Amino acid sequence: MKNWFTKNNIRWAVFTVLVYALFQYLISVNIINSYYQVVLYNIGINIVLALGLNLIIGYSGQFSLGHAGFMAIGAYCAGLVMLKVDGTVGFLAGIGFGIVMTALIALIIAIPTLRLRGDYLAIATLGFSEVIRIAITNMDDITGGAAGLNNIPKITNFNWIFGVIVISLVLIVNFARSSHGRATASVREDEIAAESMGVNTTKYKTLAFVIGACLASVGGALYAGNFYTLTPGIFGFMKSVDILVIVVFGGMGSLSGSIVAAFLLGLINMFLNDYAELRMIIYSVLIIVIMVYRPNGLFGNKELNINAIFKRKGGKRS
Amino acid sequence: MTIFLQQLVNGLSLGSIFALVALGYTMVYGIIKLINFAHGDIYMVGAYIGYFVITGLHLGVVPAIIIAMAACALLGVVIEKIAYKPLRHASRITSLITAIGVSLFLEYTMQYFMGAGVRTMPDDVLLEGVLQIGGVSITYTQLMIFVIAVLLMLLLQFIVKKTKIGKAMRAVSTDPDAAQLMGINVNATISYTFAIGSALAGAAGVLVGLYYNSISPLMGMTPGLKAFIAAVFGGIGIIPGAMMGGVSIGVLETLVAGYGGSLYKDAVVYVILILILLIKPSGLLGKNEKEKV
Repeated sequence: MKNWFTKNNIRWAVFTVLVYALFQYLISVNIINSYYQVVLYNIGINIVLALGLNLIIGYSGQFSLGHAGFMAIGAYCAGLVMLKVDGTVGFLAGIGFGIVMTALIALIIAIPTLRLRGDYLAIATLGFSEVIRIAITNMDDITGGAAGLNNIPKITNFNWIFGVIVISLVLIVNFARSSHGRATASVREDEIAAESMGVNTTKYKTLAFVIGACLASVGGALYAGNFYTLTPGIFGFMKSVDILVIVVFGGMGSLSGSIVAAFLLGLINMFLNDYAELRMIIYSVLIIVIMVYRPNGLFGNKELNINAIFKRKGGKRS
Repeated sequence: MTIFLQQLVNGLSLGSIFALVALGYTMVYGIIKLINFAHGDIYMVGAYIGYFVITGLHLGVVPAIIIAMAACALLGVVIEKIAYKPLRHASRITSLITAIGVSLFLEYTMQYFMGAGVRTMPDDVLLEGVLQIGGVSITYTQLMIFVIAVLLMLLLQFIVKKTKIGKAMRAVSTDPDAAQLMGINVNATISYTFAIGSALAGAAGVLVGLYYNSISPLMGMTPGLKAFIAAVFGGIGIIPGAMMGGVSIGVLETLVAGYGGSLYKDAVVYVILILILLIKPSGLLGKNEKEKV
């Protein structure tokens, strides 16, 4: 029997509860007012998306530029189900439906494309994500075409987002520490060496790709439950880029890095909102400066270690 | 048949513009293995410079193209020195993000100073008129675009094949370390590559502004991606491949649009890209390289 109650696990659990309580308290006393809540939810959804992409890029070393496509599938599947079935049941069913559809489509995409490497893979995934978006735009009967879906009930709240983030983290960390995860990491480090050691590289690349895509789909579902409307335009190339920037900025392979980066970039964006016209200029200069001075991202491939720094905000597990 | 030929003509002039942009992508990729996402925006800057030369200085099309090319060449070199040079030994994804940053910077700086609205290129600088050949009409603008694009491509071929700079460029793209050992100034060669590629994009920007009569700060995004696809289509890093890819993508797109599939024309381009990548990842003219351990 595996011992679940190691010191490390308990510390992380306590830490998670504390973070949750802190945010709930701040929301209840209205320090995080409704405006900040919008920002917070956005950051949370971005964290879910970034964790999925980090699994693909940071753990399996496959370069995907098509994350927005999977997010779109998840969002539209959830949105369609939620329009038919009310309440929590509808949301859960929508998330489930999204995951199944995304897993299928990701599998269909992954099997041929993951033979490609590096930049070619990036371009192929970009192509697929654009095809998904254009397909959604043209399926007027189901998706409402360019006008999109409207009146989706708002169900996403802090509890949902926090829960999804925690579940995703536990899932990814457990995956990364399993024998599958080690095999995946070996593919990232040296594909030829891994293959010669008998690792089925295609299988592990596909596995990481599909799990990452499913997380994007859940992120999309949260998005659908948060913003009332969905249009295909949201899920363009720039959305994939936004998520990619978070992952690279936080450090590829660092989950806590992704979380911190999502927070920082989300807050930067919020403060820059006051300078509407200059916002994107400052944002782009920041990206360039960060990349030039910290090419490996904030955290590199390291994680925040709870045992070393017990009381600082950060990611889950070392 | 007439419709087909007509669309082919339209496609050729659009495709030659794509080809000019694709050349810049392919040259930069060939030499430093970077997908220069900012390339589409250099093309946008070229279009704006052309606009101001034509409306502000009241010069003709040819001076506008030359000035835009010079300015874009300078811009390309400056971008390379500031944003890409410090990252030459960093991971490729880092330089890619930087390129995206540069792209956003150019787009929104232009938007900040010039406004987000669409500006109309004056069309009185062009020769009015249409050439009729057996039911197919070719406007002088189309003809001019095609001729200028072909001339620029021939010039590029000459530079790459016959001059010392071109020889250095080919050497660096084959093996930068060996080239350096042979006494080639690698940094200068990379700068030249950026200058030439950006100049071509600048020319393409002016031409596309004249073709569609309108320019806007975000006009570079989609053609940038398409030109990149064109470069991959022909085999990235291979100069004739980019020309072929650009023309093929342009023709394909106008044919699909011409036969009533305009909603799907972008999707078709991407599907073709995916097929090419799956069947022959190195592109139509690319050589399959064996992996070495």
